[in-house]
Amino acid sequence: MTLVKTSYNRRSFLRTSALAGGGLMIGFSWLASCKPTPEQIVNMPNEWFEINGYLKIGDNGMVTIMSPNPEIGQNVKTSMPMIVAEELDIDWKDVIVEQAALNTAIFKRQLAGGSQSIRHGWEALRMAGATGRHMLVAAAAEQWQVPAEEITTDAGKLFHKASDRTLGYGEVASAAAKLTAPEEVSLKEVKDFKIIGTSRKNVDGNNIVTGKPLFGIDIQKEGMLIAMIAHPPAFGMKLKSFDATEAKAMPGITSVFEMKTFKEDYTMSAFDITAFQDLIVVVGKTTWEVMNAKKALKIEWELTPDIKAKMDMFGNTMDIHFPAGLENSTAHTNEMVHQSKIKQSVVRKDGNPDESFKKAFKVIERSYSCPFLAHNCMEPMNFFADVTDDFAVLKGPIQTPEFMEKSVAARLGLPLEKVDIQMTRMGGGFGRRLYGHYLTEAGAISQQMKAPIKLVYTREDDMTMGIYRPAYHAFYRAALDENNNLIAFHVRAGGIPESPLEANRFPAGAVSNYLAEEWTADSNITVGAFRAPRSNFIAGAEQSFLDEVAELAGKDPIEFRLELLKRAQENPVGEKNDYDAERYAGVLKLVREKSDWGKENANIHRGVSAYFCHNSYVAQVLDMVVENGQPVVQKVTAAIDCGIVVNPDAARNLAEGGAIDGIGHAMYSAISFKDGKPEQNNFDRYRLIRYSEAPKEIETHFVKSDIDPTGLGEPPYPPIMGALANALYKATGQRYYHQPFISEKQILG
Amino acid sequence: MAQFNLNINGTKQQIEVDPTTPMLWVLRDHFNLVGTKFGCGIAQCGACTIHLGDNAVRSCQLPVSAVGEQSITTIEGLSENGDHPVQKAWLQEDVYQCGYCQAGQIMNASAFLKSNPNPTDQEIEGAMNGNICRCGTYTRIKKAIKTAATSINI
Repeated sequence: MTLVKTSYNRRSFLRTSALAGGGLMIGFSWLASCKPTPEQIVNMPNEWFEINGYLKIGDNGMVTIMSPNPEIGQNVKTSMPMIVAEELDIDWKDVIVEQAALNTAIFKRQLAGGSQSIRHGWEALRMAGATGRHMLVAAAAEQWQVPAEEITTDAGKLFHKASDRTLGYGEVASAAAKLTAPEEVSLKEVKDFKIIGTSRKNVDGNNIVTGKPLFGIDIQKEGMLIAMIAHPPAFGMKLKSFDATEAKAMPGITSVFEMKTFKEDYTMSAFDITAFQDLIVVVGKTTWEVMNAKKALKIEWELTPDIKAKMDMFGNTMDIHFPAGLENSTAHTNEMVHQSKIKQSVVRKDGNPDESFKKAFKVIERSYSCPFLAHNCMEPMNFFADVTDDFAVLKGPIQTPEFMEKSVAARLGLPLEKVDIQMTRMGGGFGRRLYGHYLTEAGAISQQMKAPIKLVYTREDDMTMGIYRPAYHAFYRAALDENNNLIAFHVRAGGIPESPLEANRFPAGAVSNYLAEEWTADSNITVGAFRAPRSNFIAGAEQSFLDEVAELAGKDPIEFRLELLKRAQENPVGEKNDYDAERYAGVLKLVREKSDWGKENANIHRGVSAYFCHNSYVAQVLDMVVENGQPVVQKVTAAIDCGIVVNPDAARNLAEGGAIDGIGHAMYSAISFKDGKPEQNNFDRYRLIRYSEAPKEIETHFVKSDIDPTGLGEPPYPPIMGALANALYKATGQRYYHQPFISEKQILG
Repeated sequence: MAQFNLNINGTKQQIEVDPTTPMLWVLRDHFNLVGTKFGCGIAQCGACTIHLGDNAVRSCQLPVSAVGEQSITTIEGLSENGDHPVQKAWLQEDVYQCGYCQAGQIMNASAFLKSNPNPTDQEIEGAMNGNICRCGTYTRIKKAIKTAATSINI
């Protein structure tokens, strides 16, 4: 056992306990709690005893565990409570999971982002369970009058072997709840885990397959009105005037009005960003009526001036610039090509790259690019708000409840404690719901209407409102000596309006002469984090480029990478290398073994890729076949090192989804602009990957590890784009450099 | 506004509504059957799939006035206790990630299996190609459809 200090000293823990008792558990609705099994319903306890903010125990031994973080499909609502249950030493079948509300007094980092929920939650979740177990043991020791050290636990029971006595957790829960939380608790050894490392099914499974109202868009309330917004059709435009006479006269319409998303003197935070802050709101009784009235609005738009504003970046003020003008994708492409040809600001330099390129035996140069992307969560943006004079309840899909609570409180003129934000299961997040302007909008609309409202975006609203993945570009150069050793590596990467560069990642540290430069170009198109920000492009570009360098060097692509990683491990260049070269090489070796790499099959064209991001390591081999002249992805084999795997089957699901999602975006998806207007606004023109285009088979292998777990929502997504491009090359004889690859028509047409 | 008599999940319902209103919104806003999901509104994503008689249809493109005598089944009415073979297969394979598109997937798959209880991989792909899953659970959905087909055919 490992002894750790609880994060609570006695006083603060009591305080949080008291707060938790003051209402956290009360009023949980159908929306938040997972449906207990029929067996659990029959066995519901008569009384619950609160042990700490994370858990309560029933008089019959049933346990309710709170899942603190927002659920966007990454399955934390199952895996986080599993960690608590492990340390509590309870049988998983006796656990009911509830979604916690936003409560910063008890929970830390209630945020879905950066693949960090499990990594950051790990210690607190274990401690919550271990603390509970400790208190139950103490209560049993008291009852039995034996030393606590003589008591063991297993599956919700306490044992005193010497006297052959047994108690269920439920029998001492009442006494345990009255005890003071310990200042130190013992945590289990990894080898003793019984729940962590075993596959447990999604706790919301039954609710999902029976269509229960789990999502924000499903919320109904007596007297609730439906609200929609109209926003400018193009970036660089704003509202000039509107005529709502016809819309107001339409059936079911309650109100049409202009609304500013923020108060005039408000400084936007990083998660407030939205290009369109002056909106027309249509409110009515039903969705269809509001949709129709919105179409009847007569609106005039005008050009926006050049905008310079301040933004609060987690406490630091930052200047932001939205240039005037209606932007075009062709101009974006020209800008990227231009920028890639001029010297940019140096982010990292090792050795003497200039000199090395001059004396190189072979030099290879390649450029890669990708377009803007819309997140396209399947559940369009929406939020429920019920704002009265002195209190606001907001409920719906949000990845950043803690940040948005501040934003909406400022907009409504209410103190934080008068704003209650409740989290629903989300129909996808992918980073889009970090940016909660729609929550603030919903609050402001409800306040104006003095009624509960649900703001609903149409797909077209959702896809044309901004917060896109930036458009990126990367120029690479590599130098080989006469023995085909990589002697210099140069990357110059940039984007509109953000750069994708990760200067301290592989192959930095593995090459003696290394240069990384970056650039950005301002745009009035708003962007935001999109599943594995930056990595979602740079991984594929770099891994495609390395494939070409390996080919030029006449080396096997896996062997070539392993040689570099060996260098990085044994004799690293520079001191700021982000990755662990041994773990990186580990996934490559595992995927080589599991995919039977090197075993030739004339009909199967293979590409390999490996990447480190969000603290985890992923290598993938993609097998492609050609059917009727078209490349078809036959199989993906993945090897992953994310430390301890909490819920293996759910982890495999994420790895499979990451691969499919990555292939889809690299191959098919793009948002392009003409005169500031997104040229795609729904799934007829914006292509997402479909069944027939998905790999026929995906096999995922995890590196066995005792290292604390790291994230998995993002890491399997970026590298697959490199494996795809490399397999496409093998299948078609042509390299693919510019996403979406489907647009490189010369072959795929 | 006009009055319509509907048969939804085996229950007779009456509603007065604009005849152009898509069944998607009749179900969601008027009958609080919110298992049927809004995804795109133009029949491109399949999230709103319901059964009209035995056929899977996109409820966002089905005006209430076009329903007539035909029975409507939604995810809430697919089975009494969530135990339709397709639902059970989805649970067994733990298909979902975010879960939002899955009601539409299940409704499409269940209608498809009724008409073709022993499908090939290609037939599954063809039948399911209109249902988008942004999380990328396609390989699991295919597995679940095969699992369901096996259990139906036993």
